[in-house]
Amino acid sequence: MVKRGYRKERLDRGIKARSDDIFAIASWRETLYLILPRAAVIVSLLAFPLLKDVLGHYWQNVMLITCTIALLALSWDLLASVGLVSLGQALFFGVGAYLAGFLSRTFGWTPLLTIPASTVAGALLCTAILFPVLRLRGIYFGLITFALPLLMMRMIEATKILGGTEGLSGLPPLPDITFELYLVITAALVCAFGFKRLMDTDYGLVLRAIRDNDRSVLASGINIQWYKAQAVFIAALPGTFAGAFLTHHYQFVGMPAFALDFSILPLTSVVIGGAGTFAGAVLGAFILVPLSEVLRAFGTLRVVIYCSFLIIFTIGLPEGIFRFIERKYHQFERVVPLEEVRA
Amino acid sequence: MRTDPILRVCNLSKRFGGVNAVYDVSFYLYEGETLGIIGPNGSGKSTLINLITGFVKPDSGKVYFRGRDITGITPDKAVSLGIARSFQLVRPFYNMAVYKNLVIPLYSPRVRKLKGGKYGDRDEVAIHLLEEVGFERDSQVPFKTAGTLPHGYMKRLELARCLSLQPEVVILDELFSGMSMSEIASMLPLLEKINREEGRTLIMVEHRLRELFRVVGKVIVLNFGMKIAEGTPAEVMEVEEVRKAYLGSEVEAGA
Repeated sequence: MVKRGYRKERLDRGIKARSDDIFAIASWRETLYLILPRAAVIVSLLAFPLLKDVLGHYWQNVMLITCTIALLALSWDLLASVGLVSLGQALFFGVGAYLAGFLSRTFGWTPLLTIPASTVAGALLCTAILFPVLRLRGIYFGLITFALPLLMMRMIEATKILGGTEGLSGLPPLPDITFELYLVITAALVCAFGFKRLMDTDYGLVLRAIRDNDRSVLASGINIQWYKAQAVFIAALPGTFAGAFLTHHYQFVGMPAFALDFSILPLTSVVIGGAGTFAGAVLGAFILVPLSEVLRAFGTLRVVIYCSFLIIFTIGLPEGIFRFIERKYHQFERVVPLEEVRA
Repeated sequence: MRTDPILRVCNLSKRFGGVNAVYDVSFYLYEGETLGIIGPNGSGKSTLINLITGFVKPDSGKVYFRGRDITGITPDKAVSLGIARSFQLVRPFYNMAVYKNLVIPLYSPRVRKLKGGKYGDRDEVAIHLLEEVGFERDSQVPFKTAGTLPHGYMKRLELARCLSLQPEVVILDELFSGMSMSEIASMLPLLEKINREEGRTLIMVEHRLRELFRVVGKVIVLNFGMKIAEGTPAEVMEVEEVRKAYLGSEVEAGA
């Protein structure tokens, strides 16, 4: 019996191959091919705060939340690159948020001081908290990170420290919304490109190797515990920054800082956008957060639509939207007949 | 009197559940010597290696490196001291280019301390090392993903990973298994070079005895976790217990 079939063939575009080579700096066309997608994203993000009269206060706030979630998603993606799958980005967020509130309340520092201070101190604190469980892998690490924000939340409730259930309110605000937007957009861009860059260095290679095969890394004379701790610290930075930032935006910090939303939204953003690409994490956040705002008009049905959307994307496009777009940009597809196969 | 042995193992024991994986094993090795560890399947050869290199903590006994107690050291510290090992089951970083696999060990504190090196330089060193273990020059092989390599090449990559660490003691866990006769033949001069010219101490766990005996000067035989014989290959082959436990038919067929 002779079977005849077709298969899809993917080929790199000519310009892709040329751009990988020396032509990238020799020709405008190739240079643009490389720079244009990145430049388009950067320019449109930086132009956003200028459109405040057109878009109005509401969408500026949505943008703010979107960038915050994007930062948490970036944080998740970096952790995952080392093989640490976290279900509790809210830990980073909450620690940053509460530290900013505490520093501001206790010492009366301005937000311009509390945000950097609580970003770094918060990341150190989170690394210290997670250090004992770094040797756990897979679902066990995930479970611990899932439990930690809940533990923090109840601890604050029970001991009534840091304002207890009331939270800390009346904290000093940041100058204005344009400043806030530029701050958080810049942070997201720096993290997205910075993390991508970091993972391409030899240092990043070691981190990726730990995810792939930690015993070989050990046998290569590298202390994986120490490197994992460093990765947690770096990954915690955007998370604690996001927390500290929103504290001053709302001029309030309370138990919702450890809420499940801050763990789940970043995670789903990465899943939708594509893990391991960092750009995918940002893209996912920029789809999910505005989408959930738009769906508010549907009332309770919103959650149903939202969840169906998630399921469809996870099944239909498991590689993530960003990888899909990237592939379409770099490659073309054609259907070619299979050679004759005798079955 | 000679100086301290480079590696001394004293009464090392390890139990897994009710089984004595390694029981009361002792041996020593001077710098530049070669040692083969042989024994039937499950006789504790790999466990012994794991105990020395820190992947498994011993229940009792001591390991000394240049007279210094290194019992229960972590694997990365063992490498920092100069003890590198390969794995019986090859464990490359499957998703990385072959030469990038070697950038990981080249990034380790030991190598950085020994001769520095910057980003980018490591790629060059890696490709040079691959050439040394038998990857053809100017071929595309070093640039492929490690997962696509044939088995023999993966073994060479494992060896290259060990050598990239510039170790004083090289421990090779069944390097020859799964390699063809001609592949093994091409490895023998390299192993001799590692030992004779570069003066590295070599420990090999092997099932391929004839090839092993061409490399090593001293052999210990394990059975059920216990050392049942020690000596030159010829001496060991004469021991009745060894023949009975392990060599049996192979000696008659081969020698």
